[in-house]
Amino acid sequence: MDKIIKGKVWKFGDDVDTDIIIPGRYLVLTGEKELAAYVMEGCDPEFSKKVEKGDIIVAGKNFGCGSSREHAPLAIKGAGVAAVVAESFARIFYRNSINIGLLLIESKDIAGRILEGDEIEIDMDNGTLKDLNSSEEFEIKPLPDFMLSIMEEGGLISYLRNHLAEIKAQ
Amino acid sequence: MPRTMAEKILAKAAGIEEIDAGKIVMANVDLAMTHDLTGPLSVAAFKKIGENEVWDPEKIVVIFDHQVPADSLEAAQNHLIMRKFVKEQGIKNFYDVGEGVCHQVLPEKGHVVPGEVVVGTDSHTCTHGALGAFATGIGSTDMAMVFATGKLWFKVPETLKFEINGKLATNVCSKDVILNIIGQVSVDGASYQACEFGGETVSDMSVSDRMVLCNMAIEMGGKTGLVEPDEKVIKYVESRSNKNYQVFTSDEDAESLTTLHVDVTDLEPQIACPHNVDNVKPVSDVEGTPLDQIFLGSCTNGRLDDMRVAAEILKGKEVSPRVRMLVIPASREVYRNALEEGLMNIFVDAGALVCNPCCGPCLGGHVGLLGPGEVSLSTSNRNFQGRQGSPEAEVYLSSAAVAAASAIKGKITDPR
Ligand code: SF4
Repeated sequence: MDKIIKGKVWKFGDDVDTDIIIPGRYLVLTGEKELAAYVMEGCDPEFSKKVEKGDIIVAGKNFGCGSSREHAPLAIKGAGVAAVVAESFARIFYRNSINIGLLLIESKDIAGRILEGDEIEIDMDNGTLKDLNSSEEFEIKPLPDFMLSIMEEGGLISYLRNHLAEIKAQ
Repeated sequence: MPRTMAEKILAKAAGIEEIDAGKIVMANVDLAMTHDLTGPLSVAAFKKIGENEVWDPEKIVVIFDHQVPADSLEAAQNHLIMRKFVKEQGIKNFYDVGEGVCHQVLPEKGHVVPGEVVVGTDSHTCTHGALGAFATGIGSTDMAMVFATGKLWFKVPETLKFEINGKLATNVCSKDVILNIIGQVSVDGASYQACEFGGETVSDMSVSDRMVLCNMAIEMGGKTGLVEPDEKVIKYVESRSNKNYQVFTSDEDAESLTTLHVDVTDLEPQIACPHNVDNVKPVSDVEGTPLDQIFLGSCTNGRLDDMRVAAEILKGKEVSPRVRMLVIPASREVYRNALEEGLMNIFVDAGALVCNPCCGPCLGGHVGLLGPGEVSLSTSNRNFQGRQGSPEAEVYLSSAAVAAASAIKGKITDPR
């Protein structure tokens, strides 16, 4: 996992739900890249064409609410998005993202202060996020330890491969 | 120490004496459900771990309900993946196309009992808390871990208890109660919390009406819905299951418990307006809104009680030629009972379209999609933009009673 993540911002509002991220009719697809072709179609059908590898999504509260579909974080990851920064995340989406290795960053009061198109830099070690256009700095909420270890080991699948015996014995 | 239901069930599942809300525990899972839409990803993730056999095939249930029968080659392919998995793993609790929606079939077939930990790759798994189980939705990779180990991490939630009192007026339903609550607390008002429902109104409710409350706990961000099991629940469970069960209840003075009081005495039917479930208004505010489609069904309101309420209103009447009405029983059992009670005749005579048990237009992936500009009134649980088809369509949510009354008029109508 990179400790410094830098990228261009795409802005979304509050309560971005999983039907917006990937509408139900595409759930028959399972590949990250296939899903990425429809990412965010629920609110911006052109988004998948505009987003570039390394870009960062910035949103308000309750990002990812709704369904348990892992297709949602997969579509975002497949589109090359480096991280999603939001004021808060819905529970299932949060777990799913960490499990598949999509970086999520929680930070308060960012939605109104970071603009679309801004370049931001996330420093995981310092726990900060900086808007390079406005030079404003924000604190980020650290991931819980065990989730950080899952992220660092490349997601839940590789984590399980490494620790299966000890988990089974617990 | 005084504890909540959620804390007690998770402590038992983790094999420890006591556990505080906020802590993370590794708990044993009693029942794991996956379906045709999220199952293939779970299977793929499980295979990637490198395990060949699931931890316990008896504790896994696989149901096809979202795209049944297959409506596309991709869906057919997904069904094949799951049939193969079920066969190679020796999973006997497998319900192929035609049995119904997972959250109805699971309790109906006796898979859910009080005190268990139930996980499903579907966010409305919280429905099963109506039987006193700790039930929650998980993703496909988490499910792969459960398949491999029978265990999963849980952050022990705090509990938000809704103490509901007052007698509901005729044709005001449990759906109106939960919509009203969500309207008050908002779509993330219960984030990460267990939502417990109690009080005299809940005691008076049937098991299926309680499922409606728990089903929608996720719509306010809840991790699970819960109702303390009483004789009604025990009777329901004992008539369907021979599994052992354990009844847990919350201690009133538990530290992680917050109680909110709700009085439903004068409650009007409620409508969730586009495009958020907490955009709730009393029916009088939106009465007369013209509709194109009406959907009676889903894991929220596709049960026999709902069919009865709707049939009572539609009896001898006709669906307005301005709208199409889809009636989709939540399971084969519901379908069968509705047939025997003559409810299906009423729907067909009224001009409604009756489909096979499945999720239907609820998630906009299968039958009954909406075109741009169309307006639907649906008894399901989500009205997100684009949920039932075109992003330019609008979805209103209501009870079965409002749906039936509105079908006759072709516009949103108060059933009272
Ligand atoms: S009926 Fe709707 S909410 Fe329920 S399981 Fe099916 S798609 Fe999900």
